[in-house]
Amino acid sequence: MNRFTWPLIIFVALVGLLAVGLNLNPREVPSPLIGKPAPDFKVAQLKNPEATFSPQEMRGKVWLLNVWASWCVSCREEHPVIVEYARKGLLPPVVGLDYKDKREDGLAWLSRFGDPYLLSAFDADGRVGIDYGVYGVPETYLIDKAGVIRFKQIGPITPEVMEKKILPLVKELDK
Amino acid sequence: MIPELGHFALLLSLFVALVMGILPLAGAQLCQHRWMALARPATTAAFLLIAFSFGCLTWAFYVSDFSVLYVASNSNTQLPTMYRLSAVWGGHEGSLLLWVLMLAGWSLAVAVFSRQLPEAMVARVLGVLGLVLAGLLAFVVFTSNPFDRILPPPAEGRSLNPLLQDPGLVYHPPMLYMGYVGFSVAFAFAIAALIAGQLDAAWARWSRPWTTAAWIFLTLGITLGSWWSYNELGWGGWWFWDPVENASFMPWLVGTALIHSLAVTEKRGSFKNWTVLLAIAAFSLSLLGTFLVRSGVLTSVHAFATDPRRGIFILILLAIVVGSSLMLFAARAPKVSLGGAFALVSRETFLLVNNVLLLVTCGAVLLGTLYPLIVDAFGLGKISVGPPYFNAVFVPIMLPVLALVAIGPVARWKHDDLKTILGRLWPAAIVAAAAGIALPWLAGGWNGAVGLGLALAGWIGAALVSQTADRLKKPGAPTASWWGMQLAHFGLAAFVVGVTLVSNYQEERDVRMEPGDTVMVGGYTFKFLGVREADGPNYRASVGSVELSRDGKTLGTLYPEKRDYGLGSMPMTEAAIDVGFTRDLYVSLGEPLTADRENGAWAVRVYFKPFVVWIWGGCLLMALGGLLAAADRRYRLRVKRTLPAPAGATA
Repeated sequence: MNRFTWPLIIFVALVGLLAVGLNLNPREVPSPLIGKPAPDFKVAQLKNPEATFSPQEMRGKVWLLNVWASWCVSCREEHPVIVEYARKGLLPPVVGLDYKDKREDGLAWLSRFGDPYLLSAFDADGRVGIDYGVYGVPETYLIDKAGVIRFKQIGPITPEVMEKKILPLVKELDK
Repeated sequence: MIPELGHFALLLSLFVALVMGILPLAGAQLCQHRWMALARPATTAAFLLIAFSFGCLTWAFYVSDFSVLYVASNSNTQLPTMYRLSAVWGGHEGSLLLWVLMLAGWSLAVAVFSRQLPEAMVARVLGVLGLVLAGLLAFVVFTSNPFDRILPPPAEGRSLNPLLQDPGLVYHPPMLYMGYVGFSVAFAFAIAALIAGQLDAAWARWSRPWTTAAWIFLTLGITLGSWWSYNELGWGGWWFWDPVENASFMPWLVGTALIHSLAVTEKRGSFKNWTVLLAIAAFSLSLLGTFLVRSGVLTSVHAFATDPRRGIFILILLAIVVGSSLMLFAARAPKVSLGGAFALVSRETFLLVNNVLLLVTCGAVLLGTLYPLIVDAFGLGKISVGPPYFNAVFVPIMLPVLALVAIGPVARWKHDDLKTILGRLWPAAIVAAAAGIALPWLAGGWNGAVGLGLALAGWIGAALVSQTADRLKKPGAPTASWWGMQLAHFGLAAFVVGVTLVSNYQEERDVRMEPGDTVMVGGYTFKFLGVREADGPNYRASVGSVELSRDGKTLGTLYPEKRDYGLGSMPMTEAAIDVGFTRDLYVSLGEPLTADRENGAWAVRVYFKPFVVWIWGGCLLMALGGLLAAADRRYRLRVKRTLPAPAGATA
């Protein structure tokens, strides 16, 4: 041990700090919407332009609102996870929100990668997204029976997020 | 097929890099000449393989092969060819491949330009570079393979982030990476010298041109980045203390300290341990910068997609590279002899103070950059650290550095006395006082900040002039490296002038304008003529016309644009700038305020920015000074290890 060891000691402390930092998510800004009623909206559905969708219709159910778009590359990463969990029947109803997209692109995307959604609402101009504070696609909201947002995932849902956060919370809210 | 060839070449290069890293180092320890002789051919092979691999990826971009996931995520067919090619380094995987290519390129340069170096030294330096290269190649191959396929291929790729569709992106990242990666050479020389136990003047002389070369690229890269954000972000700012900017600025600060410290080690044999530590630190900070940027532990306007596996991998890599270097340092440093003694008043002391101040600055920037992370790690909440902290900390530490820039070069090595130094500097002191008091009056009202800034710039500039005059009276022409130092310090003075004037005398107006409206800013009249719609290669633009005039004389027209790159992207602002030696006139188009885009009202932002080009001009002069210093012919001379340094050359 001599004074030339100090740079090493400082460096080890720095690496420790960075290792802790890796497990934190700086983008996980606590959403002001958590614990608040999900903003209401009424927009056309993607597959059936005549029909509309409004969160009111989901009252009394625990459900997920998943914001996606055909132009979003991260959504491609996330989509198989949702498809897989929905196929196994592990998920509550999932409503898609096709965000700032073209209708034909959105439909083509669903037919290529699978459609795990109860239905997809179509938010062509991104107005719904503004009310929900969407700043990156994909984003997912977990909404309880009373229509209150309980959890928000920014960025793709990984199997880990699904197992550790979403599913336990769904179980608890379903009681 | 071509992407697979690229992938295969990349895998092969990993093995070659391992050979390059292990055998020559082992050979140097065991005196196995055949093993040592492998260093050069292995370096060449690694470079060729990586260059081939990079070429394959570039080809995939050129022909828009969307079956490659990375191409599909970063390019589309509507992208102009220039941006399609620069999109190769527009994302994570490709920019790492560029990193690796440059590391191999620097290694090859060392292999080619090291003919006069002892065999064991070359083997060790290339060996260390080979190990670093192998580590980064493993990172690319195992976590960030740019050649991954996506099946079925999408018909069209996702476009490159419109922010990055600017000539700035074509030059900025390669320059910056050249600088980052270039410090690996100084690092490898330091480690090689530590292993061999030969920290001497010869080692310092070999390191100097390489360090300066890397520093030049880093300076240019940072300058281009600053120029790019000035043009592209539409806020008229040139430095934001963003974590990613800081990540490039920290190695620059330490690299600058290293250049000065190497001068002392070469001339006087002092500061050896300090120099070695700085060489390790400069490259470590480059790696740390890569980690911060690529792991997503910090939020930044340079929002990069992140993957936790990548963060862990690069953190482990960082821990191994830097940890082992610092262990080696801790083991070897106590045995290093002290160099020549020096008195309290001597050039060594001034350079030491300069070094300490630069390092303290770097520490302050590092603290500010990591502070949100520290607070978060201890569960104390989410905070962000912004420009107020950095400006409050950075400026006071830089003031003594600027004052020393004039003093250091006129002080003598080893021993000097204050009276003689003051005797050499009194003309500069008078100029500084005059510049600090008189110029702000003329420029538009005295204030302390402007007075101090201009006084310091005048102090540096006048000291340079008087020192140059003194030097030219003496026999013998000054060396290129002496001129390089003068030019770089002069650039620093110009930079200070630019920063001082633009931050104190800038004027800005945010106004609603209808066609025909005028606004006066900084004595210039801006007349809004209206907006027309136009199509670009892959965007629609609203092009505004703003006529400039002064005292009734028309000076020209500016065309600021608002570009829409289609679904899913934010509209981009293209500011229009009338660049001048003493002022920039900067106009950016905001949002349309009425439904009628062509004839209605728009929000328009207008800036008058005095002397702003001096900021980048000063940086370019610094880089040019570095170029002169690195090109000094004494680095190309064949010198025996034991010869003392030639006299007459200066730090």
